Amino acid sequence: MLKKRIVPAIDVLDDKAVKYVQFRNPTIIGDPAELGRKYSEDGADELIYLDTTASLKNQELKYEWIRRVAEEVYIPFSVIGGVRTIDDFRLLLRAGADKVGVNSAAVQRPELLNEAAAIFGKQCVVLGLDAMPIMREDGSIERWEVYTHSGHENSGRDVVEWAQEAADRGAGEIICTSIHKDGMKTGYDVELIRLLSEKVSIPIIASGGAGKLEHISEVFTEANADAALVASMLHYGHYTIPEIKAHLREYSIPVR
Amino acid sequence: MIGILDYGAGNMHSVEKAIKKLGYPSIRIEDGTCTEEIDQLILPGVGHAEQAMIQLEERGLIPYIQRKVEEGIPLLGICLGMQLLLEKSDEGNTQGLGLLKGTVPYFDETKLKVPHMGWNEVKDAKQHFLLKDLPEASDFYFVHSYFAAPISSDDIIGLTDYGDEFASAIGNDYVMGVQFHPEKSGEAGLKLLDNFCRYAKKKVTSC
Repeated sequence: MLKKRIVPAIDVLDDKAVKYVQFRNPTIIGDPAELGRKYSEDGADELIYLDTTASLKNQELKYEWIRRVAEEVYIPFSVIGGVRTIDDFRLLLRAGADKVGVNSAAVQRPELLNEAAAIFGKQCVVLGLDAMPIMREDGSIERWEVYTHSGHENSGRDVVEWAQEAADRGAGEIICTSIHKDGMKTGYDVELIRLLSEKVSIPIIASGGAGKLEHISEVFTEANADAALVASMLHYGHYTIPEIKAHLREYSIPVR
Repeated sequence: MIGILDYGAGNMHSVEKAIKKLGYPSIRIEDGTCTEEIDQLILPGVGHAEQAMIQLEERGLIPYIQRKVEEGIPLLGICLGMQLLLEKSDEGNTQGLGLLKGTVPYFDETKLKVPHMGWNEVKDAKQHFLLKDLPEASDFYFVHSYFAAPISSDDIIGLTDYGDEFASAIGNDYVMGVQFHPEKSGEAGLKLLDNFCRYAKKKVTSC
């Protein structure tokens, strides 16, 4: 049986692993490769590196830390952030990334997904999708819209329609972050993840909102996510991957 | 010396790194003129079957692989590299290398999420040396949309359940392949690669 995946997300600034408090004030928490190896040895099923470097003076710096991750980590890892062109895909894959995530650039030019899938295969094309709910007057959620540029711009596109289109075009997987849940530690956006799992034929990684163990079991049992992204829960040392997996086993959720 | 066939496949570097970590020397085989003496041969692969066959052909690697197999050199195909060992793939309606009998169909998209992506168990189907000393039903990392359908059940080394059971490791004594990525499957994957790298060349009696 296919296992549910626990995927630590590591923010990278320049070539350092960092953590953000309220999305600002980056504090260095270590080396991307060393942290990745530690999580991998702890039982992480995959890693996601979110490159938060806005613009690089030295491009080579980026590929150097990715190469080091590839040397030290023997589980799959994705790199997301700032990917705009086929050349970006090529350089990241060549540096050793197994998958490349694309977000704003795919909304602006969806053909990028077709081109990347045709050249590199859809298994390495990951769609980063940031969603925000649109509320009715009574406060219930009407639908979700796609935001780009780190959640700053509303594209006006419907999340489910965009996810389906992206899958048809060649995305092999979707990492869906609910912006209003991100960093709140009140749980994933179960309603949205459930909707995407029902409507989209490719794997969905739930992101944003995990603060305690129950949130992770909930997104698997209630929303049928394929994988759960975890960040602050691990980085702050509140929980370990073996603890998360032991909890999931108690709920009979298949894990490695 | 382990030969790794280099035809531009995406996972060649990670295969190379895993072999290095295990402490074995390896060499990239870029075209059919390579005369380096090798003990084992690995065919990596990520991407599209048709494109991969075109690349192998352009580099003269198809007769090279056939020659090595005839010499009794153990061959391991990984992921797409495994699918290419069979006779025909539905991906691009492509002829494969035909070293094992069977085809490569697409998963049923109406019933399953495709690609099959993530960690899944591999059950030992015939006590093959590839899975030696691995815990029963070890998990390996998969990412694929097509799967191997060997004609003979004798060619099934390992089975995995995704909707139905499919052959996740195939082969006979010297030509074998795994659908999953041992180079990305942590300790279990490294153990499997180690098993392969320890496997000696077949003794071929010359006539």
